Amino acid sequence: MGHHAEAPAESTDELVVLSVSDKNKKVRTVQVHRPVPEEVSFLPALAKGLGITLKHFFGNVVARKETETIQYPEEKKPYPARNRGLHRLMLRDDDTERCVACMCCPTVCPANCITIVPAERDDKGIEKHPAVFEIDELRCVVCGFCVESCPCDAIRMDTGEHATAVEHRYESIMTKEAMMDHKSIMQPDVLAKRGSLSTAVQGGTGPKWREES
Amino acid sequence: MTTTDWIFWVLDSAAIKWVVLIMVFVMPVASLLTWAERRQSAMMQDRLGPNRANIGPIKLWGILHFVADAVKMIFKEDFIPEKAHKGLFILAPILSLAPVFIAFAVIPFGPTIYPNELGSVIPLSTPVDTTNAINLQVFNIEWGLLFYFAILTLANYGSVVAGWASYNKWALLGGLRASSQMMSYEVAMGLSLMGCFLVMGTLEPEAMVQWQSPNPAHWGIVVQPLAFILFFTAAIAETKRAPFDLPEGEPEIIGYFVEYSGMRWGMFFLAEFIEIVFIAAVISTVFLGGYQVPFLEADGFRVAGTTLPISHGFVVLMQVGMLSAKILFLCFAQLAIRWTLPRFRPDQLMDLGWKKLLPLALFNLMLTALVMAVL
Ligand code: SF4
Ligand code: SF4
Repeated sequence: MGHHAEAPAESTDELVVLSVSDKNKKVRTVQVHRPVPEEVSFLPALAKGLGITLKHFFGNVVARKETETIQYPEEKKPYPARNRGLHRLMLRDDDTERCVACMCCPTVCPANCITIVPAERDDKGIEKHPAVFEIDELRCVVCGFCVESCPCDAIRMDTGEHATAVEHRYESIMTKEAMMDHKSIMQPDVLAKRGSLSTAVQGGTGPKWREES
Repeated sequence: MTTTDWIFWVLDSAAIKWVVLIMVFVMPVASLLTWAERRQSAMMQDRLGPNRANIGPIKLWGILHFVADAVKMIFKEDFIPEKAHKGLFILAPILSLAPVFIAFAVIPFGPTIYPNELGSVIPLSTPVDTTNAINLQVFNIEWGLLFYFAILTLANYGSVVAGWASYNKWALLGGLRASSQMMSYEVAMGLSLMGCFLVMGTLEPEAMVQWQSPNPAHWGIVVQPLAFILFFTAAIAETKRAPFDLPEGEPEIIGYFVEYSGMRWGMFFLAEFIEIVFIAAVISTVFLGGYQVPFLEADGFRVAGTTLPISHGFVVLMQVGMLSAKILFLCFAQLAIRWTLPRFRPDQLMDLGWKKLLPLALFNLMLTALVMAVL
């Protein structure tokens, strides 16, 4: 059936071959589909189509049978576990930031949207911490490189929230304090599941590490 | 004349009746249709549709969206393209909105009201007290339906002028498509009604309703079924909506109103929805017995020889309610069709108009004439 593949798209039905020529096998007489009056008049097809649409209409009006619309923002569908959402800064046991201002994330950030001003830290075992840590969520392309580049699991994007609409651009800049305030940026159940502390080993031995070692 | 006479005389004046009709029935229904169209299509497509507009806690399934739309359109920038023909550009929306308003004048929205008889049952044979009678038809003219054809054809100039005045290729294409479509379908439309004129022997809508009588076996859809289908099809084409929305053609040319914004665009939009209501009103009047309630005569229900007497006031109420119900149902049907069928190609459109509807309408006319001659 070499010709079958070249048949026009609408003839999906099997090709009915009435006879094949003796001289050339490719020359065949086939049955042609001619539209019958009821097809020409559109009316049966219209009735059938209306039947389908009205079935859906009344089904949905009476019983909300098929609609799967989620009434955002009253109803929210939780994001999958690996979703990259708003950033947060992980905490140490004493509720200070884990970040050591190593500058890996601002270096790798393709959108150049992380601003860090490093400062001395009392704990000489850690040496540095960010005095200022800001991320412009409007410029962020949500690539997740900052999270991957961090050597001490200090920054994560597992809040399960996305950047919300703001009236002024400056409102979209997340400060260090905002990113450390996990309670106000995450849903309680998500926070309970994911926690504020990292499982990675926490560095630093306290301010008197030279004397102690 | 006493004061009451004066009040009724004013109430019976055409201008008052027309304004009341437009304000109380036509505009609310047309506005609701703008919401119903989106909600109904959503429900047909397993979505929810607009359901959020609210005034405080009042939400009403989102019906208030039309208010929000109106407010938005009024405050939007009224943009006129630099090279557009200013006068015609401003005139076009009015040209398409005004005729559909005027055309409603010929629709009989109910029977004649006799204010002095409201509480009593009107006997069929004896004359009633006809002082201060109010005829619920704005314009009682012998050539009623011809008036309708003449006026509604004018509405087409709105789209053509809009297309021409916009100085935009796509708008011009839309205008041309509108005029060619109207020309093709107006013919079939007129000829399909011709059969009804022959059978009912009148062009006057009120007389047609009277002829159809409260017996559903007498209604236009039973005596002229083919004409009903032809007229309905042509009428949907006349409203320029899917499956005949070539002048608009959202995916390719956006339509004759592509340059319009704000309330001027809103007027085109409104005209389209009022036309839906109007088409529904004409079809109810000519084919579905108008304001006639099945088996309800002027003095009450008469089924199989028994009579259930009903006072004149209630009869009027029921008849007006019946016509409204018929119109709303036909609007629903038009929306359902619009969201069910895909759009025709231009050649299919012309094919359907000239090669199918027109010959069928002629056939229907000749058949009717033959039957009338034999009977
Ligand atoms: S997710 Fe990517 S773009 Fe956003 S802050 Fe991190 S590195 Fe920069
Ligand atoms: S990579 Fe981690 S430790 Fe380094 S600056 Fe960024 S958040 Fe802080």
